Amino acid sequence: MAARQLQSSFLTALKYIVLIALCLIVMGPVVTAILGSIRTNGEFLSAPFGLPQNGIQWANYIDILLNPTFWNFMKNSFTITVTVTALNVSLASLLAFVFTRIEFRGRGLLFNILSLGLLFPIVIAFLPIFIQVRQLGLLNNPFGVILPLVAGGLPGSVVILRGFFIQIPNELEDASYIDGCTTFDFFIHILLPLARPALTAVAVLQVIASWNEFFLPLLVLNDEKLWPLPLGMQQFQGQYSTDWSRIMAYVTLLIIPAVLFYLVAERYIVTGLTGGELKG
Amino acid sequence: MAAIRTRVLPRHQYQASRDKQRRDLDKALLITLFVLPGMVVFLMFLLIPIVQSMPMSLFKWNGFGPLKDFVGLDNYTSALSNKIFQAALGHSFTLMLLSLTVQLPLALALALLLARGNLPGRSLFRGLFFVPFVFSEIISAIIWLYVFKPDNGLLNLVLPVVIPGFKPVAWLGDRNLVLYAIFAVITWKYFGFHMILYMAGLQSIPKDLEEAARVDGANERNVLRYVTLPMLGNTIRLSVFLSVLGSFQQFVIIWIATEGGPVNSSEVLATYLYKFGIIRFNLGYGSAVAIILFAITLVFSLGYQRMILRRDYGPEVR
Repeated sequence: MAARQLQSSFLTALKYIVLIALCLIVMGPVVTAILGSIRTNGEFLSAPFGLPQNGIQWANYIDILLNPTFWNFMKNSFTITVTVTALNVSLASLLAFVFTRIEFRGRGLLFNILSLGLLFPIVIAFLPIFIQVRQLGLLNNPFGVILPLVAGGLPGSVVILRGFFIQIPNELEDASYIDGCTTFDFFIHILLPLARPALTAVAVLQVIASWNEFFLPLLVLNDEKLWPLPLGMQQFQGQYSTDWSRIMAYVTLLIIPAVLFYLVAERYIVTGLTGGELKG
Repeated sequence: MAAIRTRVLPRHQYQASRDKQRRDLDKALLITLFVLPGMVVFLMFLLIPIVQSMPMSLFKWNGFGPLKDFVGLDNYTSALSNKIFQAALGHSFTLMLLSLTVQLPLALALALLLARGNLPGRSLFRGLFFVPFVFSEIISAIIWLYVFKPDNGLLNLVLPVVIPGFKPVAWLGDRNLVLYAIFAVITWKYFGFHMILYMAGLQSIPKDLEEAARVDGANERNVLRYVTLPMLGNTIRLSVFLSVLGSFQQFVIIWIATEGGPVNSSEVLATYLYKFGIIRFNLGYGSAVAIILFAITLVFSLGYQRMILRRDYGPEVR
């Protein structure tokens, strides 16, 4: 018995050693980035893990925060993210509703066409999308980024929402009709409120995807005034290519909202990633 | 009585058929209003562009003026025989194979450790492992640009301390190393995502099942092999699918870290399309490349869905 206990506590210790080692590898780069951002560039590059010797270098941050272009990038990111998310969630819930609740000829065909979007990575379509956006005169227009992002996200969102809508019992729908609801009433006043967790999950995934999108804005937006933060980050990195502590201040400023958002939305990220796509 | 009945019935039927007509009209209107906006956006900005690029791929076209320089399948043959394109395709496949053989098993092992080990602090570990997934790719790329910096980069400062006699390496400048360095970043960013998928899958397996196997005398290895992993099958199959598509998707990390260099040794499909299709405005040639990639992924996806994923999903929409 004692030997067995010893073996099991040895095993536990081993598990922790593995986990902690991995944590160091995963978080090491992040922690050094943040530490680097509050030190001078020289300090940072000579000793990645050290603490500030010459006082905390708030200037790294203040310079960025006082720069109006930073806030302009932020505003653009915000506009793109909010618009993409709102459009995606509303269009996807309309579609998912029809695909689960209303039967008509050609429904399966429509759903299959939409599902095609899940079968290839959207990056492959970026050149054709670029040509289309250019033909429509949407180059250098935020909607040239927004609409393709909505289109690319729709199939996934519809599949997730459909998975949740299906679970809402038909009896509820019948009961609402007996009480005099129209189909539209049922959708707006009963189904959507019930599906709020799923809607939030879809919205959260769209926020992450559109906030982080880099490639499409790179193709579509030439005017720096329209750039979202990822493009701004690249430009900043190019400008200050050797001033790593300044670059890390910029990186940290972008990490903070991402982590805060994650903490708030964690539950929904997990449901969104798993709930709609897995049966179990 | 008969007279009344004959008068009432037709009127009732008439009313009913008018009601039905009205309901049908309402239904058609509702379907149109609900389906049209989403489908229009989807078709206009995803499917139609791809279909349109099929005829474009048969022309030499720099994006200006009408399509008039018809070259047949030349764009396809020159893409397929292009050494850089072949290399890019090979690199994307390498990244995919590495993801399947290294990244996913790592994620699975961690998920098992955290979901089945009853270790105190496991939600903290789970959270920390997932953190890189919420960073944008550009942030990840820039952080790792510093980690890989040849002089004073994190790795070249830390490794000599951990491994005596380690000589600094130009991680991203070495043609033989660069792809593995990129793969490390991709793993760092995405393994947490797959881990979360597996953990959610594990959660849905009833604990009694594993317990029953243990009562019947199965040891831990057999429980894992004959109960847990088979029950996790659908999650694993989904994660493999997402990982394969994800590998073909890679652009930002590579673009920021190396732009596909040195000498195209980290060129992948997306960087190739961007460089040789869009930057040089060879839109006809780029269309051909896009169609080739589209065909490859579609064949893979449809085959995979038909053969492997089918059993995991509920009845399809009819």
